[in-house]
Amino acid sequence: MTAEQPYAALGLTRGEYERILGILGRRPTTPELAMYSVMWSEHCSYKSSKVHLRQFGEKTTEAMGSRLLAGIGEQAGVIDIGDGWAVTFKAESHNHPSFLEPYQGAATGVGGIVRDILAMGARPVAVMDSLRFGGIDHPDTARVVHGVVAGVGSYANCLGLPTIGGEVGFDPSYQGNPLVNVLCVGVLRHEDMQRAHARGSGNLVVLFGSRTGGDGIGGVSVLASETFGSEGPPAKRPAVQVGDPFAEKVLIESCVELFAAGVVAAIQDLGGAGLSCATSELAAAGDGGMRVALDRVPLRDPSLSPAEILMSESQERMMAIVRPADLDAFLAITGRWDVEATVIGEVTGTGRLQITWHGETVVDVPPRTVAHDGPVYDRPYARPSAADAIAADTPARLSRPADEHELRAMWLRLIASPSLCSRAWVTDQYDRYVLGNTAASRPERAGVVRVDPATARGVALALRGPGRFTALDPYMGAQLAFVEAFRAVGCTGAEPVAVTDCLNAGSPEEPGSMWALAEVIRGLADICQAAAVPVTGGNVSLYNATGDVSVLPTPTVGVLGVLDDVGLAVPSGWSAPGAAIYLVGVTRDELAGSAWAWEEHAHLGGVPPLMDLPAERVLASALRACLRDGLVDAVRDIAEGGLLSALSEACLRFGVGARVWLAEVCERDGVDLLTVLVGESVARALVAVPRSEEIRFTDVLSARGVPHARIGVTDDAGGTDGVPALDVAGVGVITLAELAAAHQGTLPHHFG
Amino acid sequence: MRIGVVTFPGSLDDTDAARAVTLAGGEAVRLWHADADLHGVAAVILPGGFSYGDYLRCGAIARFAPVMTEVIRAARGGMPVLGICNGFQILCEAHLLPGALVRNDHRRFACLDQRLRIERTATAWTHSYEIGAEITIPLKNGEGAYVADEVTLDALAAEGRVVARYLGGNPNGSRRDIAGVCDPTGRIVGLMPHPEHAVEPGFGPSTDGLAFFTSALRRTGSQ
Amino acid sequence: MPRVVVEVMPKPELLDPQGAAVAAALARLGYAGTGAVRQGKRFEIEVADATPQALAGIRRAAAELLSNPVIEDVVSVDLLPERVAP
Repeated sequence: MTAEQPYAALGLTRGEYERILGILGRRPTTPELAMYSVMWSEHCSYKSSKVHLRQFGEKTTEAMGSRLLAGIGEQAGVIDIGDGWAVTFKAESHNHPSFLEPYQGAATGVGGIVRDILAMGARPVAVMDSLRFGGIDHPDTARVVHGVVAGVGSYANCLGLPTIGGEVGFDPSYQGNPLVNVLCVGVLRHEDMQRAHARGSGNLVVLFGSRTGGDGIGGVSVLASETFGSEGPPAKRPAVQVGDPFAEKVLIESCVELFAAGVVAAIQDLGGAGLSCATSELAAAGDGGMRVALDRVPLRDPSLSPAEILMSESQERMMAIVRPADLDAFLAITGRWDVEATVIGEVTGTGRLQITWHGETVVDVPPRTVAHDGPVYDRPYARPSAADAIAADTPARLSRPADEHELRAMWLRLIASPSLCSRAWVTDQYDRYVLGNTAASRPERAGVVRVDPATARGVALALRGPGRFTALDPYMGAQLAFVEAFRAVGCTGAEPVAVTDCLNAGSPEEPGSMWALAEVIRGLADICQAAAVPVTGGNVSLYNATGDVSVLPTPTVGVLGVLDDVGLAVPSGWSAPGAAIYLVGVTRDELAGSAWAWEEHAHLGGVPPLMDLPAERVLASALRACLRDGLVDAVRDIAEGGLLSALSEACLRFGVGARVWLAEVCERDGVDLLTVLVGESVARALVAVPRSEEIRFTDVLSARGVPHARIGVTDDAGGTDGVPALDVAGVGVITLAELAAAHQGTLPHHFG
Repeated sequence: MRIGVVTFPGSLDDTDAARAVTLAGGEAVRLWHADADLHGVAAVILPGGFSYGDYLRCGAIARFAPVMTEVIRAARGGMPVLGICNGFQILCEAHLLPGALVRNDHRRFACLDQRLRIERTATAWTHSYEIGAEITIPLKNGEGAYVADEVTLDALAAEGRVVARYLGGNPNGSRRDIAGVCDPTGRIVGLMPHPEHAVEPGFGPSTDGLAFFTSALRRTGSQ
Repeated sequence: MPRVVVEVMPKPELLDPQGAAVAAALARLGYAGTGAVRQGKRFEIEVADATPQALAGIRRAAAELLSNPVIEDVVSVDLLPERVAP
């Protein structure tokens, strides 16, 4: 019988199916077809993005790689931070499941990235999240927001991982397709780094963690590559996994003990494509052969077929390669934590991945063809014809506040807008204290975590993905995402050393969307090379669209920096009156893509702010010197919402106001007051300097040629009646109570 | 002085509690849930977390762990025990303290820098505070509302067994703003907020929590 | 194996925020004529034999483990009628 095999239903094209026929020299069995379908999916194989992603490796110089102990291709980049310590970090997306089932989609997103870090031999120590939702007023947004935030919070909190930072954004393009990008950072000693190779014939393949069930079957192949119809979720079986953070917590503890005992020869987590991925990748990376008895896999649901077992994305599972002599010790540790562990196979020298089901061979494939030699597509891409019109549609024509009164009203509207309002409603649902090493978390602008209690050595992390700039120019937008994260990290005094990224884009089969992705990758690779900071790993999520409407191409960029002493970082707001306030950097006439243009005028057009990497680098090095010498009280990077947002939040941080005058800066830079307030020019920071240190501070900046201007003083009793206020010449006086009400009221108003 | 910190499957703040004991000048002894042995410690801390995933009810399963047989026996014999957050839940489930902890009234997990007032210093864990001291320590939980019937609440008030109360608004629906209670001897204390996260400058909202641990290390004649 | 069903409900005098949330949701979804909601738990426990002793044992377990008498009531402990094969 030559019945047609259901390759299309599994997400494979005719061409991909024929390729499988060529590789095997025969028709694939159903389980083999299942394996190829999940491993060759966009999510697992990166088939549409690989040709472009190569640039990250190609543009990494040897010097850039000198701090790397593992780079792209391994599960997550491992970076040396000194004193024999290393950190590993990575960001990943879990977008499509989070629309269908926001809580579980987000929760399992956290679970997945934490296991990636665990598989590097590290103890996970912190997470961050970058969340993008639809319009704040849309009736469906609250459903997604509640679910996603509760999902991230409950899973991370239950694992005992502090959430140290991230971001939240709202835009109609994400309405049917929220973005949930999660980053995890882990800590390890150099010698504890684990690799994912299955070497040594006769070594055992051990599956441990939760039992395998029917959840998430086809999640990567079918769900991740489908755009949602405007009527709702796809008609196919919803493929959302259900997570159990308690199971992952005991998994983490047992893994950390397994690593310490030295009984793990290799390890991989089971994420997208579950067993298909773990077996084929471990086998392909090692001596090339593995035999697995699939009937030994502990099941939650005894009715699962071999193909279903291979496609299952049940959570909280890991696969280890264990030397036979170490098995007893391995099982003693997993037994101590009540973690189920089962020997399901062994490493062989055959160069084939052979899987049996009750003695019958159901899979016999060369593992490289499954794991690495999947199809690679050079998708056609073209700059959309509308791009020129968008670039020409500058904000110059937009109306501006006519007087002080209108400026003041605009200020309050902006600080309450979805782009700029307080995210406390979200971040108060996340534990930031557990593990006792969080030196900074939101509302600070970068997360800071101590790695070594003996020396206070640690890392700073910032995650940024400004979608508006990328919509105007994907190449520039990716670079601006990088420098925004770079700037935030620099403001802690840390030295940026590595980058991870989550590239969220629309359908690669649509030339305009593919062009945006290609430009994003090119832009990010170029800027990382110029900044000499390597991309150590990341994730691509495509097909983010609702019907024909793709999301704003959103590269979420995570920058990690190293701090010799986490105690050197200062807050982003001032707590003492009488300090001088400096605006560092120059402001240009560039309002395109700004929060002002979008929130006040629903306008998105023009060209994004000019990039200036040398200015960013010298700003970072100047601030590092100032922080090291204890010259400043507060540093706040200026980014979305410009100086308006920075001044507001710096005052609200500890409830200390300020008196500010901007006429000099306007004249020096040749811009009007509005532009100085809401422009989003790069390479700028707001700094509070004690009077006693002003001269040394300005000397440090002048020596490096960093432009700066004294724009005010901190003052905890502004105005005539002694009430804390922000007093900006040309705008008026806004009491901090009024500012706080505007800033903090928005999310509770919409989400309860 | 040796102070035990119990680890159940799912305990999260055990490492932090141990660090707090060390910073206070004591020797932290890690106690394993399955090991019915207190290893000669002078006091025990039941830390925060989600023991057993909060399955069934928070602390309901942990309460029956082998180590708890010893903890309960020792507590009844006068050993000081501090239950923080999940630990407080376990002490209530084990009937070492009255009342119970239920879901926050607003149904969300909340992590806040919470102001408290210490209302009883005649306990093994709070005697280093001034009576009425106002402190700020983190509160982080989803099931932190203290409930008990009116008779019990009146008795706690009459006997001065409310150890700490929330200030600046009730964060979770706890009856009578109760943040912590003790047994009649003052040796067993349950507290919802986390003093172990306020012991080190730069890694918490204050160091106001340290006195919980230094109190236990200082043996005093009066309780 | 026969099964015993135990139902546990929060005590009536306690605030039940989950029940309140469900009630509000029912109203929002347009289920007219619905009022207060209380949310509890139902346990199904397999027993080797459906004897009075087994049932008494489950009642003790319900009081000791399945419910917290401070905040919950065990409202019923019943043997499930065995399913009859079609």
